[in-house]
Amino acid sequence: MSASISGRAEYHFPAADCSRIPYGMYLDPEIYALEQQRIFRGPVWNFLALEAEIPEPGDFRVVGVGETNVIVNRDREGRIHAMVNRCAQRGAIVQRAIHGNARAHTCCYHQWSYDFTGRLINVPFQRGIGGKGGLPADFDKSGHGLQRLRVQTLSGVIFGSFSETVEPLEDFLSPVFADQVRRLFAKPVRVLGYQRQRIFGNWKLYTDNLRDPNHGGLLHMFQITFGIARLSGKGGARLDAEGKHNLSWAAQGGRAEAGGASDEGYSGTDRGDMAIKLRDPSMLRYIKEFPDDLTLAISSIFPGAALQQIGNCLAVRQIRTRSAGEFDIVSTFFGYQDDDAEMTRHRLRKANLAGPAGLVSMEDGEAVELVHRAIAGDADQHSIVEFGGRGTVTDQENLISDVPMRGFWLHYCKLMGIVPGAGT
Amino acid sequence: MSEASFIIETYGRLLDEDRLEDWLDLFAEGCRYEIVSRENRAQNLPLSLMLCDNKDMLRDRIHSLRHANVFNIHRDCHVIGLVRAEPGREGRISATAAYSLFQSNQDGETRLFSVGRYQFDFLPSDTGLLIESAIVIVDTGTIPTLLATPI
Repeated sequence: MSASISGRAEYHFPAADCSRIPYGMYLDPEIYALEQQRIFRGPVWNFLALEAEIPEPGDFRVVGVGETNVIVNRDREGRIHAMVNRCAQRGAIVQRAIHGNARAHTCCYHQWSYDFTGRLINVPFQRGIGGKGGLPADFDKSGHGLQRLRVQTLSGVIFGSFSETVEPLEDFLSPVFADQVRRLFAKPVRVLGYQRQRIFGNWKLYTDNLRDPNHGGLLHMFQITFGIARLSGKGGARLDAEGKHNLSWAAQGGRAEAGGASDEGYSGTDRGDMAIKLRDPSMLRYIKEFPDDLTLAISSIFPGAALQQIGNCLAVRQIRTRSAGEFDIVSTFFGYQDDDAEMTRHRLRKANLAGPAGLVSMEDGEAVELVHRAIAGDADQHSIVEFGGRGTVTDQENLISDVPMRGFWLHYCKLMGIVPGAGT
Repeated sequence: MSEASFIIETYGRLLDEDRLEDWLDLFAEGCRYEIVSRENRAQNLPLSLMLCDNKDMLRDRIHSLRHANVFNIHRDCHVIGLVRAEPGREGRISATAAYSLFQSNQDGETRLFSVGRYQFDFLPSDTGLLIESAIVIVDTGTIPTLLATPI
């Protein structure tokens, strides 16, 4: 039996542990449309923004939940609200600026305006002129606000949900990931800036990438070439009970051990040299700032967010989908308000490692596009997800694993109504 | 053609011809090379897309592109607009120009990769002007695919 989830699209997951992913799941516009409802608007908490981005009453930012434009703003009492950026009347974008400070959100089309909670507060010419024109007498503004999201925050990180039934944010995150949020946001933050990247591939190829520590030391060769870190170093993956989130972590002090047994896995590749040195290694320095020894910690929060610590380079990433074959990554880089000028400079230089031009991350854009181009036309074939073994999805104590990918897909299938491995 | 215009033409051409090591020779030792989005600039946010605040960092960037990084195989075509050059302090020259950068893949498909504006500061030296600072302000802040080769 195949997974029939939208009437026409049928893709067979041959293995119950999601160790095979049908390519059609990355290609099909029907799957994509269904994801908007069942994943992004499903029982999840989507990362929206940081409170530090909207510190004052009236401050707003327009962000993305899947492909949906969402206004996040702060009301006069300091409370955070989020609502779909689409006018209740004719469906136009209401707030055209992507950030700013507003007294209200007014649609330019017919000047309907909404307060910071999304309530419709003004309709010009509602009663017409001289008893002629206007809306019917029984039109009730209270029934025509902007569609609201539920909002919960943790340590100044704002999450939103369309679901009335989703569990509380901290339960959704699980202790592991609630702790990761608290770890990165233990102090008031200062936003350093944004980076945006458009990748011409399916968004799940990127969430797969985030849950595949095994590629780190094989595709991203900056660290290997310059002798900074390698797969044989200390690291692993931590998951929540369902396996939907993933923390890829590494704890490496300076140059990883070179030569000997730890290099044997690189035989057959041209990627084990480690002999070349950087002329200015200063940006690689890690200034210890967390109680633990993690030097790399990427928390991928289901469905489309990631918290990033690459040394002292800190950011939050938000995936904004555009179609089955296109998505954006919007990253908000930050430091802390108590950083001195030297620490800020260090973080800004360290940002060379991350983002679309990142010395250890630029390859992800290429890898996603290589897969998306190559699988076109073969929706019924599938990828192999077996590093780290088959079956149960659990924490991994090494980096040679893509088990967390299967955790994502198992939860994804559950929300989409797919039973992987069912039947033949 | 002014000396500043001449160097800016050379700058674009060397990048287009993938002569990145020769391109490095245009820079002074204490140089700054920075690619920054209009979005961050407009909000006074300091984050760059690429930041090399000395020539060794720029050398490392090119070295990494040659030996470590994997990126889309492409050829660049810089179309640089008219240069406006003005004298600065101590014999320096400041110059600005708009640019368009097209990328073509191996099949000869071309896309507009980036548009924006250069802000150069040139430093006089025995061998002529050297780039003391090259700030690339990109209007195309949503980077298509990835940003590997310098703009």
